[in-house]
Amino acid sequence: MGQTIIQKIFQAHSPAGTDVSPGSIIWLDLDVRTARDFAGANVVQNYRTHYGDAPVADKDKTFFTFDLVVPAKNIPYANNQQICRIWAREQGVKVYDVDAGIGSHVAIEEGLAYPGSTFVGTDSHLNILGAVGAFGQGMGDKDIAFTFKTGKTWFEVPPTMRVIVKGKIEYPCTARDLTLAVLRQLGSKGALGRAIEFYGPAVEELDLAGRITLASQVTEMGGIIGFIPPSEEIVAYARQRTGRDDLEPVYADPDAEYIETVEVDITGLEPLIACPPSPANVMPVREVAGRRVDSVFFGSCTNGRFEDFAAVAEVVKGKHVASGVMASVVPATRTVFEQMLRSGVLETLFEAGFIISNPGCGGCASGHIGMTGKGQVQISTSNRNFPGKQGAGETYLASPVTAAWCALTGEISAPV
Amino acid sequence: MTTKPTTITGRLWVLTDPDGHLYDDIDTDMIFHNRYLHITDISQMGQYALDNLAGWEDFAQKARPGDIIMAGRNFGAGSSRQQAVDCFRALGIAAIVAASFGAIYKRNAINSGLPIVTMPGLTALADRFHSGDEVTIDFATGLITLGDATFQAQPFSQVQMDIYQAGDLFAYGQTLEEV
Ligand code: SF4
Repeated sequence: MGQTIIQKIFQAHSPAGTDVSPGSIIWLDLDVRTARDFAGANVVQNYRTHYGDAPVADKDKTFFTFDLVVPAKNIPYANNQQICRIWAREQGVKVYDVDAGIGSHVAIEEGLAYPGSTFVGTDSHLNILGAVGAFGQGMGDKDIAFTFKTGKTWFEVPPTMRVIVKGKIEYPCTARDLTLAVLRQLGSKGALGRAIEFYGPAVEELDLAGRITLASQVTEMGGIIGFIPPSEEIVAYARQRTGRDDLEPVYADPDAEYIETVEVDITGLEPLIACPPSPANVMPVREVAGRRVDSVFFGSCTNGRFEDFAAVAEVVKGKHVASGVMASVVPATRTVFEQMLRSGVLETLFEAGFIISNPGCGGCASGHIGMTGKGQVQISTSNRNFPGKQGAGETYLASPVTAAWCALTGEISAPV
Repeated sequence: MTTKPTTITGRLWVLTDPDGHLYDDIDTDMIFHNRYLHITDISQMGQYALDNLAGWEDFAQKARPGDIIMAGRNFGAGSSRQQAVDCFRALGIAAIVAASFGAIYKRNAINSGLPIVTMPGLTALADRFHSGDEVTIDFATGLITLGDATFQAQPFSQVQMDIYQAGDLFAYGQTLEEV
């Protein structure tokens, strides 16, 4: 019987003869294991407690990625980052420090995650790596300390569902609107405990940034991971980033077995927005238009790529953010920042009145940028709007294009 | 190796939302808010358990060691923070029963040796359970007993039972030659 993408990846990363049918528990070899700035200190603490000074299984497969609160804004975070740095030095482990950007994006740019690879870390959005056909998974600090020492972990093979997107994305809709359409249909539990494989022409045509956007919201659908089968462009990119010309992507067998197939038709799609209190509470922007907006946040691992900011620059060029609105931009990585700098996008956004921050997660965790006060209405391109998540205010999630229009008009407005 | 009990009895806390329904989608920010993420000492975590969940802000004061939590679907959705599990261990919570769990939360709980029990049919049976009820849970069979009634939940998987018996993932790892 044929295998799905996750089954093939798992088969190649487990002892010979392992049964990878759904529900089986396997020992999974991990190509890369990481921790980020905060939970990293707990990983170190767990490691020291249980393994003392013993070396990690493979220092060249072990990394820290600081992205949550960068540079540290308070003493506890500064302490935790320093705990990781010192331990990393002792162990000879590389740190992508506070200047690098969001770990999952750095992993793709640096070729640490590539089609068919396995990657774990303390970031719950690591399944974003499904964007390049890799298996990525967020885990707790105990789990990660264990993987640092052993290079492997136990994992229950999830069943795979297929999501086939019919129709095409047409401007002003973007990959984010497609993603919101899928979320609207699946809801917060539609993929609970499952892997997803995404198919359909609109998905196949997505560039890396768009694939990242879609893959990043699988967590909000309850899914373990969402794979977007790599296009030729993605494979070429991964070969270049890894320096491995022989890199072969992993695709599902034609006779693979799926637990469910869902069709999402985006024909005639209009811009969508996720209203408080959950990312799956999706409706057309039109239906909530006119609501006063206080702040707009552009960034996060969902929409923090150069292409996202270029789309914003397109909308705001020669215009200015509405008075009284705070609009902030946080590039996902230093590479994205550089692209913005050299292409003129940064200048366009600056002139339009945006606050521009160094790369990282920004306001997504209890970060530096974009927290809300009581009564504040925020439009955000990030991935979660649970109560209290972004502060005491109300957060709406939308595409960079929609968010740009909201910033210009000072109210929720559908882009044209 | 000492064996831990596979059957426990405890007082129930049924997490209901402001409308009185079993709470679905309780995410890790409601369980252990991100403003406390810098805390690494487990003994400091219990006091903040559920303090961002409407109606349950005072849970830490009410809970006693040995209590059992019951919740709806997708309990522990959201981030990978271990504190969302450890805060309950700090309070001595004996088990969490839910209709389903967020995937990462499930791992974190299993790896910490915190008993979690999935009961897929719970939502439809929610009105049978009330806070203060005494229930008995058999981890090996998945049977939950309340007075004369029994309910079927999922038994522990083998790896879950092994880790629970060993204490946690690290202790379990030492029992494996391979690892
Ligand atoms: S941007 Fe937000 S969701 Fe993404 S990795 Fe950072 S904190 Fe997590």
